[in-house]
Amino acid sequence: MRSDLRFLLDGELVTLTNVQPTRTVLEYLREDLQLTGSKEGCAEGDCGACMVVLADLHEGALRYRAINSCIQFLATLDGKALITVESLSRGGTLHPAQRAMIDCHGSQCGFCTPGFVMTMFALHESNSSAPSSTEIDDALSGNLCRCTGYRPIVDATRSMFDAQTDWTAPWGDAETLRQQLESLADGKSLTTGINSRSIVAPRSADDLAQLYADNPAATLVAGGTDVGLWVTKQYRDLPMLISIGDVPELRELRVDRTHIVAGAAVTFSELLPVLVQHYPEMESLLRRWASPPIRNAATIGGNIANGSPIGDSMPPLMALGTTVVLRQGDAQRELSLESLYHDYMVNDLRDGEFVANVRIPLREEDQHIAAYKISKRFDQDISAVCVGVSCLVRDGLLTDVRIALGGMAGIVKRASASEAALEGKTPDADRFEQAAVALSEDFTPLTDMRASADYRLRVAANLIRRFGKSLDETQEPLEVYDYGR
Amino acid sequence: MVGETKVIRGAIGTPLPHDSAALHVSGHATYTDDIPEPRNLLHAAFGVSQQAHARILSVNLDAVRAAPGVVAVLTASDIPGPNNYGAVAEDDPIFAEDEVQYVGQPVFLVVARTVNAARRAALLGDIEYEPLRALLDPETSSKDGSFVLPTRELARGDAAAAITAAPHRLQGSARVGGQDQFYLEGQISVALPKEAGDFLIYSSTQHPGEIQHAVARAVGLTNKDVVVECRRMGGAFGGKESQPALIACAAAIAAQRLNRPVKLRLDRDSDMIITGKRHCFVSHYDVGFDDDGRILGIDFHHLSRCGMSADLSGAINDRAMFHSDNAYFLPDVHITSERCKTHTVSNTAFRGFGGPQGMFAIEYVIDEIARALDKDPLEVRRINYYGHDERNTTPYGQVVEDNIIDVITDHLVESSDYLERRAQIAQWNGEHTVLKKGLAITPVKFGISFTATHLNQAGALVHIYTDGTVHLNHGGTEMGQGLFTKVGQVVADALSIDIDRIKITASDTSKVPNASATAASSGSDLNGMAARNAAMKLRRRLTEFAAANYDVREADVRFVRNAVEVGDEEIPFATLVKQAYMARVSLSANGFYKTPKISYDKETFTGRPFYYYAYGAAVSEVIVDTLTGEHRVTRVDIAHDCGDSLNPAIDMGQIEGGFVQGMGWLTTEQLWWDDHGSLRTHAPATYKIPTSSDVPDIFNVHMMRDMPNREDTIHRSKAVGEPPLMLAISVFQAIKDAVSACSTNGTAPPIHAPATPESVLDAIEAARQL
Repeated sequence: MRSDLRFLLDGELVTLTNVQPTRTVLEYLREDLQLTGSKEGCAEGDCGACMVVLADLHEGALRYRAINSCIQFLATLDGKALITVESLSRGGTLHPAQRAMIDCHGSQCGFCTPGFVMTMFALHESNSSAPSSTEIDDALSGNLCRCTGYRPIVDATRSMFDAQTDWTAPWGDAETLRQQLESLADGKSLTTGINSRSIVAPRSADDLAQLYADNPAATLVAGGTDVGLWVTKQYRDLPMLISIGDVPELRELRVDRTHIVAGAAVTFSELLPVLVQHYPEMESLLRRWASPPIRNAATIGGNIANGSPIGDSMPPLMALGTTVVLRQGDAQRELSLESLYHDYMVNDLRDGEFVANVRIPLREEDQHIAAYKISKRFDQDISAVCVGVSCLVRDGLLTDVRIALGGMAGIVKRASASEAALEGKTPDADRFEQAAVALSEDFTPLTDMRASADYRLRVAANLIRRFGKSLDETQEPLEVYDYGR
Repeated sequence: MVGETKVIRGAIGTPLPHDSAALHVSGHATYTDDIPEPRNLLHAAFGVSQQAHARILSVNLDAVRAAPGVVAVLTASDIPGPNNYGAVAEDDPIFAEDEVQYVGQPVFLVVARTVNAARRAALLGDIEYEPLRALLDPETSSKDGSFVLPTRELARGDAAAAITAAPHRLQGSARVGGQDQFYLEGQISVALPKEAGDFLIYSSTQHPGEIQHAVARAVGLTNKDVVVECRRMGGAFGGKESQPALIACAAAIAAQRLNRPVKLRLDRDSDMIITGKRHCFVSHYDVGFDDDGRILGIDFHHLSRCGMSADLSGAINDRAMFHSDNAYFLPDVHITSERCKTHTVSNTAFRGFGGPQGMFAIEYVIDEIARALDKDPLEVRRINYYGHDERNTTPYGQVVEDNIIDVITDHLVESSDYLERRAQIAQWNGEHTVLKKGLAITPVKFGISFTATHLNQAGALVHIYTDGTVHLNHGGTEMGQGLFTKVGQVVADALSIDIDRIKITASDTSKVPNASATAASSGSDLNGMAARNAAMKLRRRLTEFAAANYDVREADVRFVRNAVEVGDEEIPFATLVKQAYMARVSLSANGFYKTPKISYDKETFTGRPFYYYAYGAAVSEVIVDTLTGEHRVTRVDIAHDCGDSLNPAIDMGQIEGGFVQGMGWLTTEQLWWDDHGSLRTHAPATYKIPTSSDVPDIFNVHMMRDMPNREDTIHRSKAVGEPPLMLAISVFQAIKDAVSACSTNGTAPPIHAPATPESVLDAIEAARQL
C-alpha cells in the first residue's frame, strides 16, 4: 500500500501526498501549478477546452488518450503520464498539430484551441496517417468551437499528418516514457486524502470486494465522467471514494465462445470496437455515444451501475440480452440487465455490491438488430429517445423479439406490449404498425428540455416502424446520419 | 532587388494568421483568468433568485456567512453608488432588493478564500419570497401590455390599403427562438484596488469604457479613478457588450469593501442563467402581393422577448425593424415592434443584433408567397430584390446605393448549380417516401453602422520607439475576430514596416478614452481608420523631418519596406526614427475617426442610419427524415461580399464561423424554460451548439472579388463580423422546403425555429394533413 500519488507530468515524476480526493486535474494544473493553458469551459466534460492527454500502458504498449481534465480526479492519475498543452512546444518546436492549426487559421478567439490541439495530438500519436473525414469528425466531437465553424480545424487535423516535422517529444522518446510508466507500475494500492476525506485505489478484485463490503457508503469511481459532475456541478461532499479504474480483473475484456465479457472498468473506447465488430449495425449509435474523451474515461460498469434512464448503453445491451455479474464480498450473482433496474435511480445492487462484469451474448444466426438515437444534435448529445431492438427471423417468423427504450420512463426498460405484438408474427408492415402503436401501453414519457412527452412517444413508434422497414432489404435509405457519406 | 521583398509582411489583403495564433496553440495566450493572481486575492460567487417574479420578504444569510472560507457577504445595501449597472436605462440592478424578476437574478455576493468555497456558500442563502405573477413569454406580455420600452412603429405609404387591394393576401406568424452566445470563456472580472482608492479592472469585455463608467458609478468614484484593461476575450459575440458590467461592478464593490483584489468568474451554468441572450421573436405578418409574387403591401408586428429590463433591447429591436426588408423593396409597409417585458433574464446583444430576426421574418414571408403561387422561391426573391435606379429606397428612407445582391445571386445560382439541383431534388423526393431533400437560396443585405449615430467614432494611439518598433493601441477589443491583426496590418501599411515590428496591445481605457463597444461589425471600419489616422500623422512628421534633414522635397521622400528613400538614399526606418528623435520630433500620435454621411431621425425612423450595406447569399441543401424530424445539411454554397478584404483568411473565418453559428441558432440550439420560468438548457449538456460533424459535407465559400466598397472605408473593405450569420437562414428555408415536399399541394405548414427534430416532425405531420 502506498500513500503517495505518483504520476509523470510532462515527463517529470510528481509525487503528492494528502491529495484532496475530488480535486480535479484541471484545478491542479491551473491553481497549483499555474499551468493555465488548459481552460475551463464547462466543468462537465462537454466542451473540451480543458483537454489533456494521458499516456499509459495498455497491453504493454504505450497509449495516448485525450481526456477532460475538468472532471478527472487528480488521484486517478496514479501510475500514468499526464501531458499538457504547454509541454508540447517546450522544446522550441511546435508539434504538427500546433503548426497545422496556425497554418490553417484554426484559431480565432483561441480559448478552445489548446483543447483541440491536445485532441489532435493524441490522434496524431495514435495514427500513422490521416483518418477518414467521419473519423476526424468523431475524434473532434468532444471539442466545441464557437468561432471558426470547424472547417479550418478539420483541415488542420487532416493536414497535420502530412507535415514534415523535426518535432520530438520534449519529455523524451516513447521508449523512455514506456520504461518510466513500467517502473511506476508497482501493483500497490493507493490511499490518500486530507481532512477526513479519502480515496482508495485497490489493485485486486478481492481487495475491492473486501474494501467495499467494509465501507458500503463509499462512492465507487472509475472514469469519473458522472461522479466528476457530482462534484463540479452539484458540489456534493463525498467522504470516501474507491477508485476501481486500475483493478486488473475489472479491466479484462475478452470474447469467449458465447459472450463478450467486459470487466466493469473497461472503457467505452475499449469496448465499443469489439461490440461493433460483432454488431456492425450499432456503429452509428456507438459512434454517437458521448465523445471520444468521455469514452476514453467512462466505463461500462459505471454506465450500467449508474443506470441513467437516458444512458445510451442500456437500450442496445438489453436488446442483446446482456447480463451483469454482481459481486458482494466473496459472493457473486448474475442477473439480466433489465432486472437490475427497479425505478428511477433505484436498482438491485445491495450494500457493498458492485458490478464485476458484463456479459453480452454473441450474435446468433438470423438475428436482426438495430440501435437508434434521437437527439437535437447528432454528436455528443444526450438522447431524447434511444432504442435497441433485436429479433430472430426464422421460418418467416419473428422470434425472441427484444425491444428496449431509454428516455421513455424513469429507467431504461423493455417494451413488452410492443414485443408481444411482434413475437411469433410475420415481419410485415401491419405487425410493426401494431408494435408501434403498442408502445403507448408500455410507456408514459415525460416532457423536458430534450423533447415533449408527445414527441417521444411518436418518434419511438416511428423508430419501431423504421426497424420494420429496415428488414426489407429493398428499402430506400432510412437514416439521414449516414446518407451520402 | 526582387519585387516581392519590397512588400511588407502583413500587407493589406494578405492572409496573415491571427496575431495570437502561436500563443493560442501553445496555451500561452493569456485570458483574464490566466493572469497571475495577486497576493491576497479573494473569489466571489453570486447567490441568486429561485423565483421568476416575487417580492423578497426576507433574506437570511447567516448560513452563508458561517460557511467555510467565507470572508464577506454583500447585498444591495452594500453598494456605495446607485444599484444599477445598465448604461442605457437605469433598470438593471446589480443585486435584487425588494423584488426578483428572473430565476437566477443575483441577490447577494459571497466572497471567499477559494472559488469553490464561494460557490458552495452561495447555495446556502435563505430567501423568503412572496410569489408574484410571472410573465414567461412575449405573447402573454403583449396581451398584458407589459413592455420594457415603448412600442415603435415605422411606416411608409398605406400598407393596409395596399394589402387589401392586392390580388393575393397571406397572414401568418414566423417564430424564431433565442440563442445563447456560448462564448467558450465565461464572464469574468478581476478588481484590483490601487493606491488612493483607485481601481484596475481586468474584464473580459467588448466595451472597456462602459465597464469603467459602470464601476466608477457603482463604487462612488469618477471615471478618472478606474482603469479597465482587456487583452483578449475567449469569444464574445455580443454577450460581452453590456453584461460584463454586472460582473465587474460586483467584483469592484467587494474589492473596495475589503480592500483586497477580488475575482468573479461565473461557472458555465451561472453564466448561461445570469447573462442575456439573443431575443426570441414572434413576427405576425399580413402581406399582399401580385400574381408574380411581387409584394405590394406588408405589415409586420414583431414581439420580442426582452426579459426583465431594457438593456440594449431598444437598439436591437430597432435593427430588427431596419432589417425587416432584408434585400427586398417593400413599397407600402408598416412595421410595429413591441419590446415585451418577461420575467426571464434580460436579453442582450448577439451577432446581428436584431437584424437576423427581422430578416428571418421577411424570408419566411417570401417563401410563403412562393408556395402560395407554386413558384420557386428564388423567383419570388429576385422579383422583390431592390432595384438600382428605382424600387431602391428602404422603408426608413435610405437609398440603397451600393446594391450588388443581383450580381451575387447570379454568381451563386450558377456556381451552385441551383436550377439543376432543384430539378434533381424534385425527382428524388418523388421517388422516396422516408427521406426528403430540400434546397433554398437566401440573400443577406446588412446595414453597417451603429444606429445610435454618436457611437460611430473611434480613437487610436500609436507610438514609435527609437529602435523603430511600434506600439499600437486603439479602442477596439479582440474577441477572436482578428481585429488586432487587421488594425496591425493597417498600421504596418501606413508606416511601411513589417507587422512583426508592431506590438498590438491590450485595450485600455487609459490609452484610448470613451471608446464605443467593439460591436455592430464596425471594429475594423472604425478602429482601422483611427489607427491609420494616427500612423499617417507620424508618417507625415517623419516625411517632413526627412525632407528638412536631407534637404529634399517632401515628394522625394518615399516609404518602402522597413525603410525610407530620401532622394537616392535608402535609410532604414529605425535610423530615420532615431534621427527624428534626436531632432526632437514627437513620435507619438493619437488618431480619430468618425463615420461620415450618417444621420437619422429616431422619432420618425427616417434618414440614413447606415454608411453602407454588406451583402451575401447562400444556397443550402438538406436531407430530412420524415419519421423522426432529424435532418442533416449536406451542401452549402456561399458567395459573400467583403469589399476589398483586409485579410481574406480572417474574413473567411468570419464567414464560415458566422454561418455555422447561425445554423446552430436555427437548428440545434434551443432555449427551454420550464413552467416556473427556470432556464433548463444552461450548459453544453443540454444546450447544443454545432459540432464539426454538423458542418456540411460540401461547403463552398466564395468571397466576391473586384468589388471594393463604394464608400471610402478602410482600404475599401467591408465589415464582416455579423452579416454571414444570416446566410444560415438558407438552412432553415431548405428544411422548410423539404417539409413542403411532404404535403400534397407543396405548401408548408407553420414551422418554428429552431428546427429541432421535434419541430420538424410536427411540421411534417401537419404537412401530411394538408
